[in-house]
Amino acid sequence: MSGQYLVLLFLFGGVFSVEVQRPRGVPLSKRPLYEEDKPFTCLDGSRTIPFDRVNDDYCDCQDGSDEPGTAACPHGSFHCTNAGFRPTFIPSSRVNDGICDCCDATDEYNSGADCQNTCRDLWRKEKESMEKLAEIAKEGFLLKQQLIQEANRGLEEKKSKLTDVQNSKKDLEEKVEALRMVKETAEQPEKEAKDRHLKAWEEQKAVIRMEKDKARMAEVFLELDGDGDGFVSVAELLSHSELDQNSDGSFTEAEAQELLGGVDKLDTAGFESIWSKIKEKYMSGSNTDAPAPVEPPQEEVKEPASDNDSEPYPDDDNPEEEEEEEDEEDDDEMDDGDYKSPPPTETHEKKDDDEDGTMPPYDEETQKLIDAAQKARDEFDEAEKSLREVDDNIRNLEKEISFDFGPSVEFAYLYSQCYELTTGEYVYRLCPFNRVSQKPKYGGSETNLGSWGKWAGPEDNIYSVMKYEHGTGCWQGPNRSTTVKLTCGTETVVTSTSEPSRCEYLMEFTSPAVCQEPPPMSQEPPPMTSDHGHDEL
Amino acid sequence: MVHVLVLWLAVCLSGTWAVDKGNFKTCDQSSFCKRQRALKPGESPYRVLLETMELTNTRLTLQLINDNNKVRLLLELYRLQGNITRVKINELKPLKPRYEVPDVLVREPPTEPLSVLSQDENGVVLSLGAESQRVIVSARPFRLDIMEGHNVLMSLNSRGLLAFEHLRMRKDTFSYKVTSTVASVWDNIKRVFSSQAEPEAEKKDEADPANQAETAKEEEEKVEEGMWEETFKSHSDSKPNGPSAVSLDFSLPGVEHVYGIPEHAEPLKLKTTESGDPYRLYNLDVFQYELYNPMALYGAVPVMLAHNTKRTTGIFWLNAAETWVDISSNTAGKTVFGKMLDYVQGSSETPQTDVRWISESGIIDVFLMLGPTPKDVFSQYASLTGTQSFPPLSSLGYHQCRWNYNDQEDVRSVDAGFDEHDIPYDFIWLDIEHTDGKRYFTWDPHKFATPKDMLQGLMDKKRKMVAIVDPHIKIDNNYKIHNEIRSRGFYVKNKDGGDYEGWCWPGSAGYPDFTRADMRAWWASMFAYDQYEGSMENLYTWNDMNEPSVFNGPEVTMHKDAVHGSWEHRDVHNLYGLYVQMATADGLIQRSGGVERPFVLTRAFFAGSQRYGAVWTGDNAAEWDHLKISIPMCLSLGLVGISFCGADVGGFFKSPSPELLVRWYQTGAYQPFFRAHAHLDTPRREPWLFGPENLALIRDVVRQRYTFLPYWYQLFYNAYRTGEPVMRPLWVEYPQDPATFAVDDEFLIGRDLLVHPVTDEGSRGVTAYLPGKDEFWYDIHTFHKHNGAQNLYIPVTMSSIPVFQRGGSIIPRKLRVRRSSSCMEHDPYTLFVALNPQRTAEGELYIDDGHTFNYEKKEFIHRRFSFANNVLSSVNIAPDAKFTTKSWVERIIVLGASKPSKITLRTAGE
Repeated sequence: MSGQYLVLLFLFGGVFSVEVQRPRGVPLSKRPLYEEDKPFTCLDGSRTIPFDRVNDDYCDCQDGSDEPGTAACPHGSFHCTNAGFRPTFIPSSRVNDGICDCCDATDEYNSGADCQNTCRDLWRKEKESMEKLAEIAKEGFLLKQQLIQEANRGLEEKKSKLTDVQNSKKDLEEKVEALRMVKETAEQPEKEAKDRHLKAWEEQKAVIRMEKDKARMAEVFLELDGDGDGFVSVAELLSHSELDQNSDGSFTEAEAQELLGGVDKLDTAGFESIWSKIKEKYMSGSNTDAPAPVEPPQEEVKEPASDNDSEPYPDDDNPEEEEEEEDEEDDDEMDDGDYKSPPPTETHEKKDDDEDGTMPPYDEETQKLIDAAQKARDEFDEAEKSLREVDDNIRNLEKEISFDFGPSVEFAYLYSQCYELTTGEYVYRLCPFNRVSQKPKYGGSETNLGSWGKWAGPEDNIYSVMKYEHGTGCWQGPNRSTTVKLTCGTETVVTSTSEPSRCEYLMEFTSPAVCQEPPPMSQEPPPMTSDHGHDEL
Repeated sequence: MVHVLVLWLAVCLSGTWAVDKGNFKTCDQSSFCKRQRALKPGESPYRVLLETMELTNTRLTLQLINDNNKVRLLLELYRLQGNITRVKINELKPLKPRYEVPDVLVREPPTEPLSVLSQDENGVVLSLGAESQRVIVSARPFRLDIMEGHNVLMSLNSRGLLAFEHLRMRKDTFSYKVTSTVASVWDNIKRVFSSQAEPEAEKKDEADPANQAETAKEEEEKVEEGMWEETFKSHSDSKPNGPSAVSLDFSLPGVEHVYGIPEHAEPLKLKTTESGDPYRLYNLDVFQYELYNPMALYGAVPVMLAHNTKRTTGIFWLNAAETWVDISSNTAGKTVFGKMLDYVQGSSETPQTDVRWISESGIIDVFLMLGPTPKDVFSQYASLTGTQSFPPLSSLGYHQCRWNYNDQEDVRSVDAGFDEHDIPYDFIWLDIEHTDGKRYFTWDPHKFATPKDMLQGLMDKKRKMVAIVDPHIKIDNNYKIHNEIRSRGFYVKNKDGGDYEGWCWPGSAGYPDFTRADMRAWWASMFAYDQYEGSMENLYTWNDMNEPSVFNGPEVTMHKDAVHGSWEHRDVHNLYGLYVQMATADGLIQRSGGVERPFVLTRAFFAGSQRYGAVWTGDNAAEWDHLKISIPMCLSLGLVGISFCGADVGGFFKSPSPELLVRWYQTGAYQPFFRAHAHLDTPRREPWLFGPENLALIRDVVRQRYTFLPYWYQLFYNAYRTGEPVMRPLWVEYPQDPATFAVDDEFLIGRDLLVHPVTDEGSRGVTAYLPGKDEFWYDIHTFHKHNGAQNLYIPVTMSSIPVFQRGGSIIPRKLRVRRSSSCMEHDPYTLFVALNPQRTAEGELYIDDGHTFNYEKKEFIHRRFSFANNVLSSVNIAPDAKFTTKSWVERIIVLGASKPSKITLRTAGE
């Protein structure tokens, strides 16, 4: 053999066997195109060759049509008759490759491969499984009808509930408006009365403060006037270095004089004119019990002392609190901020009290107005809360009603349900239209494998695949996501889960909702023996 | 502001993706490298003691003395058959033996006679065989020059950087003091009795007492940090033997281009290293390696080739310890204009490249392969370390890999996917997750419960599987492999004598001592079908992590003071991976009773690894630059004997764009080892997941690969016979054309196919250099003819893979592409006859059974086709071989001929 290279072997001269008269690998439908004794024209019309070059194991036609029964053409195909089963085409490259592809074994006629005709077996098995599937489909389809009915009923119920709720909402809205009016009406006199009260208290406070200031001025004057001559002199002032005007650490005579307004000494009246310049800095000489702070800007004065009390908080919260009052209506359904401190208004007032004495209680009249307003407020809040609840209700109903539960709402029953599958390591949980998660069987935290995304089946069967997206992120990878494949079954079960690619999960899920009406079963093999009968001449 | 932002981004990105360089040593952090590199040229303390010369027929020995410390070295010089000179330098009387690398040379290299031509007090001149070559040994300082005629081919120690750290006792310990006292007493006694033995030496020593005293003093001072102990990050190296480095410099006059010393993510032409670190050879598991720097990677082959238009030579530095290679050149700094000026003005300075090798331990054992042609060097190197193993034909097909195919069902569905999409493939691979808890030789009981069913399913399709077997063994008393290795004492030991333990995939793991022949024999026996449960004859093996990778070790590898019998890991490090693959390949051979060829892929390698299978370039990334670098990385490996090379198609880390993936398939299909692989954390990337257009492009190129399998197979047969690389740099075939010397964006497969892959994103064209004055190159797709010696611009589309067949060649192909290579076994050939300007062509065809060793029993067909005078003839070039094939030649396509009026067919005998 090693010497025979340039010999072209023609394996198939006369091999067109007795059994099959049409050329090997040609489907019956194309039989007329292969007429013996006539030149053969490639099916793409590109070329015409003598008929003995059909199936001669050498490729002449671009489209491979001259070698339907051999592996010679790269793009050709071989027809398996598969009597007893279903005819099919295989790529020419699978002819005589030693692997049995056609169930009738016709593709391996020269490879030495030991292929058995398995068509009848296959047909039996297929029929069995088709029957089983049909059985399931039939049963599932019935269940589906029920589901659809139930879903439609549920849908109707929900719709009517929605209408009810929407109506009750209108009433509620009116009530809220009415109560708002009441509230506002009650709040107006309340505010005025409170303002009056507050103003009176402020005025009173101002008087008290002024008197205190005067008293202190006198006290200071006496302290400063060391020699008791009724004048505060430059020399007397110098003992109080804290009055250093330019804070350079040295309190000079010139500075002291400047402080005294250019003169050497001042009497009480004169002192009053410069009091404002020194009162903030001045420290009592004996300085033992002097509760220095005098003036309203207490924050500044207090600061050095208040290193660890709760001073900063009210400051921080105040603006927020104001906002809160405005926004309160909106931010309720979310769990209300534990990050917010309770309204600190009262604390604030109390602080005022500390400094300047206690504000006197409201007079009876005012208190009545306040009580009335508070009641109106409470009633209003209550009504408003109910309205929000109704809104939620409406939103949820609308969401559910508008959800895409399939063409016949057949998937509606899955809504707000969850289905679990336990594997070796994990418990998988599918909550359709909501999320997919995974939890280690033996403790550990749950991982979100994706939240409801969309129906993602192929165009002609979009409701066969669900996609859940944006789950917990993966290290160096994407966010986890899950594809749920739905197949027809009488039960609603997660049958398997896998992770074909890192962090991309695949779930198999059976449900009657995907069952199609089974076509009437044929009892005979679809192709039957037509190929057999005719053409074996 | 914009600048700042960009900079920050860049820093940020590189921080995320690049290698963590801090995990790996620079020369400065490797004490011996730092010490050696600090030596100044031109101050060699070594002198030849000419009077010690001994010359037997084939062996010359001489003693060298270090005038600084009086330590003597023994130089051995051999002339080896095939124009190779071997120079060995060891301590004359080492304190204890120094490691000499075993198992790399295929045999003790046969020698040729040497003779002394002349000798005087300055040196000796030796004749090297018949080729008018001489070796000049200069005495003071020691220097070797190898001459041919009036030309110096190579000089050793010409810069005086020979350094040999002799073994010594540690001075700051008690034992040293005692021993040194005893030793000096003993020395004195010896002197009295043996003064006749070394009269000359004694005289010299005594004649120079001052020198001696000075030396002693100097030695005291020379105890440097890192000599007796060294730390890197949190790891300390106890270095019980102290300093032991060896170093030697080589000058290559007339040479501007040096190649080789893989593995580095570097261009083909090696760069000078003065401005940075030397090239490092130290097998390391480098996480997300960085391109274009001389850092060490997974494998090491200490072989460098030097080339100019007149000659190719090679240096093989046989040392398995950590090694650094410095390269400098006197023309490196010159601009093109400067070089031209030199040329015009006839500058006196000839270009020269200087190379310096530094190894941490062992001896100097260097083979100077003197060419003169590239193919001579390949054959010289092959005569020393052997050739590429002849792989099973199927392993040249396409390999589908991923970390990991999850379970048997996954394997089945991927396999079916290839049939459904009509893409051929031969091997599907399983990474570490297939095992039962990273216990190699086992299967995950849930995911791979019935491996034989799975393997049978593949076998029914004439396909095969590779499963990973790594050399780290889980420490687990319920694991058979571990128990056996431990009870047999086969584990590598730590410095304190216990079993060395490191951290790797399975957690705590032991490392079998593959340097032991008995361990390797045992390991090989584990591949027997009755030992490796679930294995079948279509299951092959992949050795990963065999640097060895030790997650918690210094530089992610084994501690250098770990112990392999009487040697330290320091001595054998770069050899470990070779041994792993050797033992595994032996196992696969033995399981079939020596009948079947093995296929084993390795990540770590050394000189000689070509004998055991394939290598790949490790954990690359899905980036365009990684695609580009795959070419020079495999070319460099091919030059040093390792032909069966490939890079992970698609890139291991990260996720390729469809364009990059397609381009990578197109490149990989024309590289020797063709395997797609991907990291666990990347999205799936089987070819059909990128839309019909990309699927069609990938299918088309995989099918192209299969049409060329007869050519690939024949080239591997040639590589097995001759050591010539399969994938070659252009300069190997066009050694006199300087335009080819630095080309590494295109390459040759054999002599006859030139490939210029598209490796740029959004490319609209490439410029390929077609070499060879008076040559034609035919586009293999369009059959367009192009002239050689030109830069050809080729517009490209996504389907373009610029590949050219050389005019004058005949390439056998099989155009009936089927599911796998085995399915194509009996298919006919098509001969592509490409005519040169003389209207002639030649080619070969090699056929055997594709998988057994029967070719060694002459069961094959090897024919030569020649086309001349319009006659194509076929000659049997292996008349003593016999083989029968069912294949035939179905078609002959002649490129560059006009339509004949008549064709006649004649068979032998007529």
